[in-house]
Amino acid sequence: MTFRNAPSSASLPSVGNDEPMEPRPSSPLPAPGRARGRPGRSPAQGERILSGWGRYPRVHGRETTGDSLLRLSDGAVLSGGLGRAYGDAGLPPPNAQRPLLRTTHADRLLRFDPTTAVLRAEAGVCLADLIHVFLPRGFFTPVSPGTAFVTLGGMVAADIHGKNHHVAGSFGEHVRSLRIRTGDGKIRDIGPDREPELFAATLGGMGLTGHILEVEFQLERVPSPWIVEERHMVSSVEELIPRLSEVGREWPMTVAWLDTAQRGAALGRGSLWIGRWASRDEAPARAFPGIRERIEVPFELPSGLLNPTTLGWANSVWYRAQYLKQGRSLASPQQFFYPLDAVRSWPRAYGRRGFTQYQCVLPSEPAVFRSFLELFQRMGGCSFVTVVKDCGPEGRGMLSFPKPGTSIALDIPIKPPSSTPSTQQLVDRLNAFTLDHGGRIYLAKDAFTRAEDFRAMYPRFDEWTRVRRKFDPEGKLGSAMSLRLMGDAR
Amino acid sequence: MSGFAILGATRGMGKQLARRMAERGDSLCLLGRDPARLEATRTDLSIRSPHAEENAGIFTASCDLLQPDTFEPALESAAKQLGRLDGLIVTAGLFADQAQLEASSELLEQLLTADFVNTVLLCELAKERLLKQGGGLLCVFSSVAGDRARTPVRLYGAAKAGLSHYLEGLDHAYRREGLVTLDVKPGFVRTEMTAHLAPPPFAGEPSAVAREVLAAIDRGSARIYTPRIWGLILWVIRLTPRTIMRRIRF
Repeated sequence: MTFRNAPSSASLPSVGNDEPMEPRPSSPLPAPGRARGRPGRSPAQGERILSGWGRYPRVHGRETTGDSLLRLSDGAVLSGGLGRAYGDAGLPPPNAQRPLLRTTHADRLLRFDPTTAVLRAEAGVCLADLIHVFLPRGFFTPVSPGTAFVTLGGMVAADIHGKNHHVAGSFGEHVRSLRIRTGDGKIRDIGPDREPELFAATLGGMGLTGHILEVEFQLERVPSPWIVEERHMVSSVEELIPRLSEVGREWPMTVAWLDTAQRGAALGRGSLWIGRWASRDEAPARAFPGIRERIEVPFELPSGLLNPTTLGWANSVWYRAQYLKQGRSLASPQQFFYPLDAVRSWPRAYGRRGFTQYQCVLPSEPAVFRSFLELFQRMGGCSFVTVVKDCGPEGRGMLSFPKPGTSIALDIPIKPPSSTPSTQQLVDRLNAFTLDHGGRIYLAKDAFTRAEDFRAMYPRFDEWTRVRRKFDPEGKLGSAMSLRLMGDAR
Repeated sequence: MSGFAILGATRGMGKQLARRMAERGDSLCLLGRDPARLEATRTDLSIRSPHAEENAGIFTASCDLLQPDTFEPALESAAKQLGRLDGLIVTAGLFADQAQLEASSELLEQLLTADFVNTVLLCELAKERLLKQGGGLLCVFSSVAGDRARTPVRLYGAAKAGLSHYLEGLDHAYRREGLVTLDVKPGFVRTEMTAHLAPPPFAGEPSAVAREVLAAIDRGSARIYTPRIWGLILWVIRLTPRTIMRRIRF
């Protein structure tokens, strides 16, 4: 039964810990089970089909992995972690001969000083693992994204931000030093005061300035492993945007979820989630519950199952559910930071066509958000769990996403190729709006933005390119994204 | 707090199991052949231990599964550093594709030697040592491949079948003397070793395997399929008649 689905030439089942004896087949075997669908031809020897978290786009590429990033990064075209970038940021250029280095097996802690709370670790360390080790001891990551299944390298490469951006900035603000292998093959230790230019280009640089090998950063001390959380209902976007800034003045962690299916007065109704770490007295005696994936979406659901109608229902059901959860409560980090992590591989619900996420930062004005949501609806868009967050000042990363304003993230199922407006047209139109309002999109989510729009959004792009070329004169590093947006030669 | 020697803690499932043990405060002596890897793992585990890093009780000793003469000194060194050896965990082994094994009898001999002969030799030494002190734990990673012969892994599976048989025998003979033998049978697990294979349905994560193995150690189980679902899968596979297995070239 189960075994029948496995490649017949491959050897399994096996004890995963055993060491391969021989020089393994130098490149990975093709994965015949995945050879269906885009792109058209089947993978050549050693290639497999790779895609990001949104399962769009898919490219042919090679992958290598192991526990020595120092050795493996020599010759790899890009490093990738747990593949949580939605679009093509974590994919190698299509048909690249050089492999993508999957860092997840290089996940050792290297140094920790409990008095300063500074941790140094390999780039493949998973955030969930760090939380598991350090939260019971009273330390937490200073900045957390919406999933715990990201690697440290990925957190630096995307210069991730979290619910506390308005007080803590992005992750890069807390990084003290990085060890990277730049495109010229050299190993460099960089930080805010060592090669500051390369450092600033690497924060949010999507791994294109070098393979990130080691990360040293400052953990935050927390009084307990629990969060005091409050949820408040808001009836419209006019209420939501000002309330978000208002609570941000007192609460270190704020986020809002809004219903994109409502029209008129109720447009943008939703729920405000605010939180702070519980003090020792407030915390329950229960042990810290850990981060777990509990439910699995075991197979791909049909594309089109999630459409404006069903998503509209889902939004309403969810909105009503929030009613029951109003008020103050104690939440575990998983409940507060990573509600979606409970469902493993949820993107499969979007089916074979996959989905993209559109995340942009816009001025914190209700009128802007109303027009934005109305535009999104006119273009036939609908999104479940639409997250709105306030952003504080820009960090030092040249391509870092956050800038003062409010960010919104929409999940957009990829439409069938024949439909109008197409997903490309939808994103183009949203980008025009974002540009008009001085905003920008987040590269870690993107799969559709055009190069000219991207460059108009990121004023430091030319500066970044200069630094990138200085350390990689031959253009050894690249990604599917850099080919699309950053002017890499094919 | 107990002290265990573990062979194979630098990678895959062994690494995850060692982490869970260190995180709950166990003392460990890491056995292996690559000093740099052992040292990197030791540091990682020491940071994870709830004890202060310098007293974390994580040690290393040199041991090579292909060199039986390293076994006794390694166990001796582990017992000495740990103060008391409460058990031995073996997650190491060799693995190769069927085609490679058929092409090279030398390779085949090496695999059979490491995964069966030498693992048994090591367990025998540990068994003597543990019985002398009134018992202990012997936790050895075999494989579901040893449950029923499967064409693409029949040679590897044969070694693992022998190993499981041996472990069952230990359990029958010495459980009442305090020697707890745990035969771990992982299904397909996503590790470095299987990274080049397309994962089948029900492929597991090494961290989940580690959690389940640790629970089985605490329960004193004699055998565990992990991830759990593989117990059910193998139950069906064991019941399937031979005629069908031939037809589907299982």
